[in-house]
Amino acid sequence: MYRIVKKRLLAQGIALLEVEAAAVAAKVEPGQFVIVRVDEVGERIPLTVMDYNREKGTITIVVQDVGYSSAIITTMNEGDAFQDFVGPLGVASEIENYGTVVCIGGGLGIAPIHPIARGLKAAGNHVISVLGSRSADLLILEEEMRAVSNEVVIATNDGSAGVKGFVTDGLAKVLSEGHKIAAIWAIGPMVMMKAVVEYTRPLGIKTIVSMNPIMVDGTGMCGACRISVGNETKFACVDGPEFDGHLVDFDLAMKRLAFYKDEENRAKARLECHHEGGHH
Amino acid sequence: MAANKIPRHEMPCQDSKARAHNFEEVALGYTKEMAVEEAQRCLQCKKPLCRTGCPVEVLIPDFIKQIAEENFEEASKVLKIKNSLPAICGRVCPQESQCESKCILGIKGEPVAIGRLERFAADYGMKSKKAEMEKTEPSGKRVAIIGAGPAGLACAGDLAKAGHAVTIFEALHVAGGVLMYGIPQFRLPKDIVQTEIDTLKQMGVEILTNQVVGKVTSVDELMANGYDAVFIGTGAGLPYFMNIPGENLNGVYSANEFLTRTNLMKGYKFPDYATPVKVGKNVAVLGAGNVAMDSARTALRLGAENVYIIYRRSRDEMPARKEELEHAEEEGIQFRLLTNPVSIEGDERGWVKSLTCLRYELGEPDASGRRAPVPIAGSEFEIEMDTVVVAIGQGPNPLVTTSTPGLELNKRGNIVADPETLMTSKSGVFAGGDIVTGAATVILAMGAGKKAAAGIDAYLKTK
Ligand SMILES: Cc1cc2nc3c(=O)[nH]c(=O)nc-3n(C[C@H](O)[C@H](O)[C@H](O)COP(=O)(O)OP(=O)(O)OC[C@H]3O[C@@H](n4cnc5c(N)ncnc54)[C@H](O)[C@@H]3O)c2cc1C
Ligand SMILES: Cc1cc2nc3c(=O)[nH]c(=O)nc-3n(C[C@H](O)[C@H](O)[C@H](O)COP(=O)(O)OP(=O)(O)OC[C@H]3O[C@@H](n4cnc5c(N)ncnc54)[C@H](O)[C@@H]3O)c2cc1C
Ligand code: SF4
Ligand code: SF4
Ligand code: FES
Repeated sequence: MYRIVKKRLLAQGIALLEVEAAAVAAKVEPGQFVIVRVDEVGERIPLTVMDYNREKGTITIVVQDVGYSSAIITTMNEGDAFQDFVGPLGVASEIENYGTVVCIGGGLGIAPIHPIARGLKAAGNHVISVLGSRSADLLILEEEMRAVSNEVVIATNDGSAGVKGFVTDGLAKVLSEGHKIAAIWAIGPMVMMKAVVEYTRPLGIKTIVSMNPIMVDGTGMCGACRISVGNETKFACVDGPEFDGHLVDFDLAMKRLAFYKDEENRAKARLECHHEGGHH
Repeated sequence: MAANKIPRHEMPCQDSKARAHNFEEVALGYTKEMAVEEAQRCLQCKKPLCRTGCPVEVLIPDFIKQIAEENFEEASKVLKIKNSLPAICGRVCPQESQCESKCILGIKGEPVAIGRLERFAADYGMKSKKAEMEKTEPSGKRVAIIGAGPAGLACAGDLAKAGHAVTIFEALHVAGGVLMYGIPQFRLPKDIVQTEIDTLKQMGVEILTNQVVGKVTSVDELMANGYDAVFIGTGAGLPYFMNIPGENLNGVYSANEFLTRTNLMKGYKFPDYATPVKVGKNVAVLGAGNVAMDSARTALRLGAENVYIIYRRSRDEMPARKEELEHAEEEGIQFRLLTNPVSIEGDERGWVKSLTCLRYELGEPDASGRRAPVPIAGSEFEIEMDTVVVAIGQGPNPLVTTSTPGLELNKRGNIVADPETLMTSKSGVFAGGDIVTGAATVILAMGAGKKAAAGIDAYLKTK
């Protein structure tokens, strides 16, 4: 069993969990993910690693309540344990000294961008982070991101913090300051990554995105996670999750996320009716 | 009545209408009376040809004799001498092309039902078994096994018997490989596989799940961290697609995903189990092997109305076990033979809408000796479809092989191993099962595991 040693609520419905998983912590690198299962009847849920502590043997994940399983995970507490915790999975980010780089995290995407920004900074890059959220109260991990970035730009849809608008507006601000950007990492909802990619395409700036399709095993065995990159089918769990954003077919990827919409709604409705009934 | 005049005993089965809607085991197994009578049909040949058809040369007449004499416990012990997993092999071996194809009774009439008898004796042994483990002196050697499929499990069992300390590293959250995630409950109940795994644990085999070798550790690290030998039994788990337009539409599954969601994640019990699996009214399964039959029959049980097997060749070339084909037919699976899919069409929301196929006819024999299917020009036709399951085969998963420098592979990506010892190009590293042979059978994988255990034991003695 993989015990939760620390829990922190970052915002409404978003929890940070530090979990004992020494073997994973010994090997994980920025950009990689884990697959967790709460209990015997649970789904296998992929989650990106937000932080790791090799000495303590822990992995930190950040989970947003979007459906049945994530709702259960966000209500787990210190002392609770996951039945299964597999990793590290996927290919690590290609960290080297590129010069000046931009790390864009949108919403929950700030969590996975964190270790990448830290890695890039440690490799000698000038790291400018662009953090986006709908409003100031939903902005997570700002302090942690400041600690691993040279500059931070914030964008909120309602203007309650930083630039008013989307992360692309934050990126526009960075570009207007005349930086020569060698590469961009953008992680967040698919619509956000697509917007960033379309923004940088005409500018010819290398843009790396982290794909989060539906997964089952995470080892290349099932093909559930297949996406189209440069007109070739790739398995995001073993070929990715990071890809050259300019080659990714986002429309297909977004359609595929709706594969189990009906079933997800059924499961979630059941969870809510359990809660109302006062037992779970 | 002379032994060979008794007709072969049919296998009692669940009624085909009822079973098409449940996940309970289809074949119910012989009663004692049936088993004894069937066993009496065996001529106890001096030179039993049946054994030459079995990849591990089970002592067939010997175990059958014990059944005929009603020594069922003894029968199960005789089986275990050559076969570590008889309750499984009795159920899933393609007997018609192996042991039973060679039985002398088959020349004029029907062969002895070796597989059904094997299942009977093994089940009997399993029910009555009380832990009576022979204790072996510990050798002080440690062996790491990668993959808990039939190859890895059989290898672990024999190594433990020889006194070696064995640790299995398994990527998934349960051990068993294809026996757990691929072959459905209605054909191979999971508690049978679990019993075999529990027996190994009782023998002292350590099984670590959630360990993806190539990621969390590697072959070289295992060797450096105190393991004296490593066995790779990672199987053929990489699903092939057809590379036709529309394969990434919603509603298109690889058989691996479809079966994993259903079996491993128990999607057929959704929402009690949290993993969903979805089938529509009309389901096409592409392919005609065991994997395809399992997918088709699973789709039916999940509620599909029309399930089609779409296959390019004719009935005689279908590679599935004979019993599965018959069961599939009885359950109402519709076969569209000499038919090959050319594209999958989708609606504007990205969901499968229909399947376009081309009709074929049989031409001249090809390199495989089978008459080659030749497309009939202009014969395209479209069938309405909601779900498509691609079951055209699997290749070797590269996670372990690409993370192990110096490991020789063939051009298909399978590991090259010495045919006698199963040692690979790396000293102390052995491999067997589907990762070496390509997708094959449970009994071949199990046999390879045993052979490798002998190879490893010999190797460890030289160290
Ligand atoms: C490599 C990878 C890394 C991820 N990292 C994180 C992370 O660090 N933190 C986090 O909270 N989530 C992360 N996700 C997404 C997370 O796995 C899903 O939110 C979760 O599986 C949803 O399960 P559920 O039962 O709660 O929701 P469901 O009821 O299954 O789905 C609810 C909604 O979420 C969408 N959804 C379903 N599966 C995914 C998915 N795999 N990715 C995105 N949306 C999905 C559905 O379209 C639906 O709208 C990651 C996914 C991948 C593939
Ligand atoms: C649906 C289906 C139906 C079948 N029906 C039949 C049948 O009726 N009769 C028959 O004889 N054969 C059948 N087969 C074939 C048979 O199941 C296989 O030939 C056999 O299971 C191969 O055994 P194996 O031990 O080599 O590999 P597998 O059973 O594939 O086991 C390999 C194990 O290794 C694990 N693994 C893989 N990579 C790693 C890694 N990097 N780290 C750790 N672990 C890893 C996997 O998770 C898996 O548990 C069927 C196969 C399928 C898919
Ligand atoms: S192991 Fe398979 S092939 Fe061998 S005797 Fe048993 S059923 Fe026949
Ligand atoms: S060949 Fe047939 S009849 Fe002869 S020993 Fe084998 S099973 Fe019995
Ligand atoms: S999640 Fe199964 S292949 Fe990627």
